[in-house]
Amino acid sequence: MNLIIVAGTPGAGKTAVLLHAVKCIKEQHINISIAKIDCLYTEDHLRFQKLGVPTMFGLSKDMCPDHFTIYNLAEMTAFAQENDSDMLIIETAGLCHRCAPYTASSLGVCVIDATTGPNTPLKVGPFLSTANVVAITKGDVISQAEREIFRERIIEMNPGCRIIEANGLTGKGAGELAQCFTEAGEFSYDNDTLRHNAPFSICTLCVGETRINRKHHRGVLRHIDGVQTYRGE
Amino acid sequence: MVESISIIAGINKNGEPEGFSRIEVIPGEIIGVVGPTGSGKSALIEDIEQLAQKDTVTHRQILINNRIPDPALRYDPKKKLIAQLSQNMNFLADMTVKDFLLLHSKCRGKDPGLIGKVIYHANALTGEPINEDMNLTVLSGGQSRSLMVADVAFISDSPVVLIDEIENAGIKKHEAMRLLSGSGKIILVVTHDPLLALMTQRRIVMKNGGVEKVFMTTREEMNLCTQLNQIDHRLFIIREMVRKGEEVVA
Repeated sequence: MNLIIVAGTPGAGKTAVLLHAVKCIKEQHINISIAKIDCLYTEDHLRFQKLGVPTMFGLSKDMCPDHFTIYNLAEMTAFAQENDSDMLIIETAGLCHRCAPYTASSLGVCVIDATTGPNTPLKVGPFLSTANVVAITKGDVISQAEREIFRERIIEMNPGCRIIEANGLTGKGAGELAQCFTEAGEFSYDNDTLRHNAPFSICTLCVGETRINRKHHRGVLRHIDGVQTYRGE
Repeated sequence: MVESISIIAGINKNGEPEGFSRIEVIPGEIIGVVGPTGSGKSALIEDIEQLAQKDTVTHRQILINNRIPDPALRYDPKKKLIAQLSQNMNFLADMTVKDFLLLHSKCRGKDPGLIGKVIYHANALTGEPINEDMNLTVLSGGQSRSLMVADVAFISDSPVVLIDEIENAGIKKHEAMRLLSGSGKIILVVTHDPLLALMTQRRIVMKNGGVEKVFMTTREEMNLCTQLNQIDHRLFIIREMVRKGEEVVA
């Protein structure tokens, strides 16, 4: 089975771009399943189901959605196997730019919005720099010059990636993206690893502390001046 | 160096062969693409952009200089074949014209001295003067479009320029096309604007996902285009008079 993991900032157009790519893949008679992970709310799974694709969804609630995705990979692959799928596409919720949900044997796809400005590729970190494919959306509303600058910045961050200019409204780039999906390698769950470590969960805020006063802070604390301290047992 | 691009026919949405066998375009040529929504205009453009090798839904093949292009060229994002200009585009970057052009020329590995040339030619296309210290985001539609045209002509490397529905942008369309074709670009115009469509040497007519026919602009159409261009020029002058708050005199 091929595993495609799609990540990107909220509102970048992950679902819109995927819907077009899924139509192209279906035309090739490849049996796919989709899993949509969001944080608090989603209706996107209904849009995939409308295309006749078996789709499950999960809400991570107050947990990091990328952690949630990893914890549930076994359930999601089992879902795809029950549906006799050759391909599983997981769409994750973009959130904090610190991690990347891609596993070593999956195809990592980053969807990024070109209207967010030329510095965005420098800000978003590992979900861009460890992706195999970068789909740039909303490029149709900015100038050619800005597109080229944006593209250059992506290459700076991820020199080996395949860049696709996609459009969630018109379906531009969908065929190219679908082709990348079908060329993905075989996914093996048993010994697979993350390409980039998940964000550290190392202070008491991570486990539910709500008091803001400094005297309650415990764990590994990083200060604005760059100094890192440990407080606790 | 792109000396020619060839489009080799594929199939339409019904799987029937297209109404041509091969189209050859060379630098400096302006070629129109017309047809209603859903007729396959975008798919044709995408085939060219992706250098399709009978592996897209249309089964078309694109040759460069009469040869199958190097696969590396297909996926190298720095060597994208098509630069685009459309009505929907805006400058969103919050910086001055000068800083922006410097950044773009740096990204493309071009001489920073080019930016004076870009601003000079942009000014020849619009009635409202553009200067290098203006902020990009305050430029009017006409100023923005003019700067985009001049920037594509001199800083973007792409050998093909796709002009998508530039209709009422307040720029001198004829001069804009001449600037682009003069800088050795192949120009594809997707439009139903009569002035732009008749300015082309050939028109590719799309229907049902395939090319229905390709025909040369007739002598009569060329004459009509000259007349339309005079009207357009006149409208341009009147628009500038209105903008300056002058009374319009015949």
